[in-house]
Amino acid sequence: MANVSAVGEPSGPRPSKGFNPKRIIIYGIIIVAAMYYLLPLYVMITTSLKGLPEIRLGNIFAPPLEIITIEPWVKAWTSACTGLTCNGLAPGFWNSVKITVPSTIISVLVAAVSGYALVNWRFKGSEFFFTCLLLGSFIPYQVMLYPMVMITAQLKIFGTLWAVILVHTVFGMPILVLLFRNYFASLPQELFKAARVDGAGFWRIFFQIMVPMSLPIFAVAIILQVTGIWNDFLFGVVFAGTQNYPMTVQLNNIVNSTQGVREYNVNMAATILTAAVPLIVYFVSGKWFVRGIAAGAVKG
Amino acid sequence: MQSSVSIRDVSLNFGNVQVLRNLNLEVGQGEFIVLLGPSGCGKSTLLNCIAGLLDVSGGQIFIGGKNVTWAEPKDRGIGMVFQSYALYPQMTVEKNLSFGLRVAGMAKEEVNARVKRAAEILQLEPFLQRKPANLSGGQRQRVAIGRALVRDVDVFLFDEPLSNLDAKLRSDLRVEIKRLHQRLKNTMIYVTHDQIEALTLADRIAIMKNGEIQQLSDPHTIYNNPVNLYVAGFIGSPSMNFLQGTLSGTSFTAEDGTVIPVGNYKFTAPSSGQIKAVLGVRPEHIVLGEDAQRMPFSTEVEIEIVEPMGSDTLAWTKIAGHSVTFRADSDVVLTVGQKLFVGFDPARGSLFNAETTNRV
Repeated sequence: MANVSAVGEPSGPRPSKGFNPKRIIIYGIIIVAAMYYLLPLYVMITTSLKGLPEIRLGNIFAPPLEIITIEPWVKAWTSACTGLTCNGLAPGFWNSVKITVPSTIISVLVAAVSGYALVNWRFKGSEFFFTCLLLGSFIPYQVMLYPMVMITAQLKIFGTLWAVILVHTVFGMPILVLLFRNYFASLPQELFKAARVDGAGFWRIFFQIMVPMSLPIFAVAIILQVTGIWNDFLFGVVFAGTQNYPMTVQLNNIVNSTQGVREYNVNMAATILTAAVPLIVYFVSGKWFVRGIAAGAVKG
Repeated sequence: MQSSVSIRDVSLNFGNVQVLRNLNLEVGQGEFIVLLGPSGCGKSTLLNCIAGLLDVSGGQIFIGGKNVTWAEPKDRGIGMVFQSYALYPQMTVEKNLSFGLRVAGMAKEEVNARVKRAAEILQLEPFLQRKPANLSGGQRQRVAIGRALVRDVDVFLFDEPLSNLDAKLRSDLRVEIKRLHQRLKNTMIYVTHDQIEALTLADRIAIMKNGEIQQLSDPHTIYNNPVNLYVAGFIGSPSMNFLQGTLSGTSFTAEDGTVIPVGNYKFTAPSSGQIKAVLGVRPEHIVLGEDAQRMPFSTEVEIEIVEPMGSDTLAWTKIAGHSVTFRADSDVVLTVGQKLFVGFDPARGSLFNAETTNRV
């Protein structure tokens, strides 16, 4: 019964079609789109590596031809003037770290526990509580700015790191609690019931059963918070006080300085330095970041 | 029989929806009770109430003579097995089994001894260091049973434990659960919508509908003497045949005028006057050929559909204008269009009042 198929008759894997017009068009569109979005980055990097005389020639798309210098980067980091002081972005970087790390940790932890309690330990009024929390996410931050200033002033922390951390934690709550609540709601309820029959209590179920199953959502929450808090300008400039301005505020002060020569190469370098942390987070976290965007999409 | 679990007047409302209505159930020590019903009848809800995972709106629950209505699940002396297994995915089988004991702060040697014993009973020893993800469905469910086993409890609660398994595993594990019950002699309360599981496992079956127990009896009584139309139609596959008609004295007249004598039927109460009634006959109680003519009722019918099932053959026909199925031995050759005599003994059937739907 050895049936040898006739030559040309379909058999085995389908042959690849190679290059055809359809594929060329698809790749063409993708490449053009990628170039369109990468062009600003290219301009920033090349400009930051040029000397000022070359920049003044006005060929912003040309690569650095005369000299390649990292001096603008050094200046941006160590000695650019951010208002009255001229210490570069370095202090701002560390301020941002001091703001981002505790804000992220506190907000993610509080939100995780809240989401868990909302799903598994329904208390009287828990739905109402959750609705209030969601409502909060629809009110623009600017509306709540002044009340928050009053509150932090009352707490005598206005103009300190604690004020920014508190504000970031509070404003991160709606989206994070929603994120954790939905995730915990998607876990099988029977697991929780089994743990209760086994005698585990609120915290034990949380730490030994729920948290080990929730690492993906913790990753998403951390990415959302780190990038969101790092990129924040408004709360930093309002609440942190001049000593604690985060990197974004100091970047603004460098770029928008109105005296002296406008050092485009330093501005470009400073901007890339400030954007570096979220960029690295994006690249390193890969697929988690995509989920983060999907989750963040709820925020509108 | 000493009572192990006693449910007294238990009600449960979710908002305006009454899920359980003044429900009473006494489960004897070592008894295997199956709560059977379609989805939404409240059987799982009742089990969750017994476990303490849901607070009742009214009534009391006693386990082992103690009022546990307000007790935490862990203090009720129960172990529970869930449909989705509900194994802790990050823990090995051993850790899954020992979790409850470790929570209770039991000494390490005792924990190990108990896990070892449970693993032995359930043949889980080779898998103790595996994570649940690396187990088959049947093994997972055995771990879930083991988790209840190690806790050395008086009452086992099963919430549709076999529903996620394929047909073959289901029948294997069914036997294993029965064997386990014979060995441990614990009280077991078992929720299912599968009547085969109910009939094979139960000492007594409680058939539930809309939060009420319709009938609570041993499988034989449930099958042969259903108390109402609902139970009659729910139990049995293929289901019972129903003929509509009127009952006066000892004769049942179908809608098309066919008279079926029901003189030897055991009435629950002496019949009075003429009532609208339903006569139920199980497919396997209909006999063919010469046997049929010896029955109190027989008639000639034409076969409409034949379904060979392997062990027997199911045929569809019409009696007194109603579509009726009957079971025949697989050796009997039945063909569509064939005419033959069929008959049955109404004494083996069930008569119901068409208005109250109760057995008469």
